[in-house]
Amino acid sequence: MSLLSVQNLVTEFTTDEGVVRAVDGVSFDLPPGGTLGIVGESGCGKSVTALSIMGLLPQPNGRITSGAVVYQGEDITQVDDARRQAIRGAEISMVFQEPMTALNPVHTIGRQLTEAVALHTQQTAQEQIATATEMLARVGIPEPGIRMTEYPHQLSGGMRQRVVIAIALICQPKLVIADEPTTALDVTIQAQILELIRSLQQDTGMAMVMITHDLGVIAETCEQVVVMYAGQVVEQGTVFEIFDSPKHPYTKGLLASIPRMDSAPKSTLEIIPGMVPSLHELPRACRFANRCHYVEARCEAEPPEVESLTASHKVRCLKWAAL
Amino acid sequence: MGGPMSEALLAVNDLKMHFPVKSGLFSRTKAFNLAVDGVSFSIKPGETVGLVGESGCGKSTLGRCITRLYAPTKGNILFKGVDLAPMTHKQLLPFRQNIQMIFQDPMESLNARHTVGEILEEPFLVHGIGNRQSRHQSVTRLLDIVGLPSRSASRYPFEFSGGQRQRIGIARAIALNPELIICDEPVSALDVSIQSQILNLLMDLQKEFNLAYLFIAHDLAVVKHISDRVLIMYLGQIVESAPSEMLYRNPLHPYTQSLISAIPVPDPHRKTRRIVLRGDVPSPIAPPSGCRFHTRCPIAEARCSLTSPDLLGKQPQHEARCLLLEGST
Repeated sequence: MSLLSVQNLVTEFTTDEGVVRAVDGVSFDLPPGGTLGIVGESGCGKSVTALSIMGLLPQPNGRITSGAVVYQGEDITQVDDARRQAIRGAEISMVFQEPMTALNPVHTIGRQLTEAVALHTQQTAQEQIATATEMLARVGIPEPGIRMTEYPHQLSGGMRQRVVIAIALICQPKLVIADEPTTALDVTIQAQILELIRSLQQDTGMAMVMITHDLGVIAETCEQVVVMYAGQVVEQGTVFEIFDSPKHPYTKGLLASIPRMDSAPKSTLEIIPGMVPSLHELPRACRFANRCHYVEARCEAEPPEVESLTASHKVRCLKWAAL
Repeated sequence: MGGPMSEALLAVNDLKMHFPVKSGLFSRTKAFNLAVDGVSFSIKPGETVGLVGESGCGKSTLGRCITRLYAPTKGNILFKGVDLAPMTHKQLLPFRQNIQMIFQDPMESLNARHTVGEILEEPFLVHGIGNRQSRHQSVTRLLDIVGLPSRSASRYPFEFSGGQRQRIGIARAIALNPELIICDEPVSALDVSIQSQILNLLMDLQKEFNLAYLFIAHDLAVVKHISDRVLIMYLGQIVESAPSEMLYRNPLHPYTQSLISAIPVPDPHRKTRRIVLRGDVPSPIAPPSGCRFHTRCPIAEARCSLTSPDLLGKQPQHEARCLLLEGST
């Protein structure tokens, strides 16, 4: 059975210019211990999907208007606040992109770690401190006892992200949602954090949703991949299906347009022309039609449905079979 | 490196930029931030030199010294043989046309209260070039070159997407036919599908106008793609310099090797043997003794903390700063 099953999720925001649908019918399943990557560009709805799962949509403008987020058999979009609080942090937790904004600058590292333990367990203050110190050591922070008493600004960017990960993992959640966890970091620090996440996942057996725009990070960390564009899933499959035989023109375009270390120097890069449409003025049928190399008349008339190629590989394109 | 001085468009010689770190009651200078500490390299006309390093390595400071947004502490910046380093603002004015800059975040570098037309007209006004009509023609031509519709001239920067704003930044940079453009992380704020559009535009403009670029970025794959030669910078110093293909095939410095191995490769079949560096980049205010990289180096020996290595040629056009490579060829 799936640990997490997102079913036809629709999330809308009320804005000055009307209601926009930031997430439009997203579905995926994640088995216990699995890793699923959501990849897409700014505004594709990947972060809003994460916030919808966590129940952290900005209020009062954001809301889930239909669909379900089923965690261990329970639709967590329908539960009351108390139940949601109990799940969030203990069962499902989140790692944010920018550790400086995710951490509270006026509280010590120790206080921010023990807060979660105090909320979700019956531990005494002494035990909470021991748990927190041990967790800091586990994410590779030297001298954890001293760090407990320090403030976020006293740590480097990489160390702060380790603290954010420690907070997310301190109650041993079964699912962690990581929203661009390494994007703000330097490449050698990113390597450290990806190693850390990998080894923690091996030790604890937690499942993970990794949200990123970096196809390299997806290829290295994920088993399943969901490609999003303008609020919809355009393709999903195993990491091998997506990278070895991408079917959607957008996935193909993304993979072809990134400079690689072994590409010919100064060669012209493949491009996806134009830019992501605004959520206020989405194309009526296929949302990628105005940027697609293979577009034809019916693409602008008939909205494509998701079709299954294999049990795991799905694509939303009228022409995938002909490409 | 890079041939004799005479053919270099830009030759930077032992450049140092030490920022005073002030503290205490009377703001006395207590220490210096050695942001750029003895950098030498050159750029030929029409060439792209990539400059790669992590946050705080001094790569942006180096770019800002060359455009003389900063007055360097020491060293020479020879542009076509003329030293810009000691010049006053007035003396620099005629050279500013020739050396332009593209910034990471065009939203911050474009004046939000001016229309795109006004932004692009400004360089001509500052340098007193042309009349009203010819300036307007130039604006239209510039917009066309960077792939924006001419009606963009009457709109404001906030009306454009990130990629389009970067096109405006590029149009402003090429307005006065410069010979050298310092590109400071020009694509790092952009989405993947837009990044390749901008990189292609920069490569096309280079061919068309024989532009030389100093391309500063932290993404080695992007830099390797666009550059003829790549410099790797660590804590204010260049630790390796090589033609981009050679740097990728045969990196010599342990820092370069770890940087290359740290890049996540978009290929799920590749199981990388990754060199994960310990710790963080030390502070440039008190860089480590000896080799500045020895605190994080996976192969450091005792002598590395005592002796500073020099940047030495190991192969033709390939230099590295590492004691363990000295004596070998």
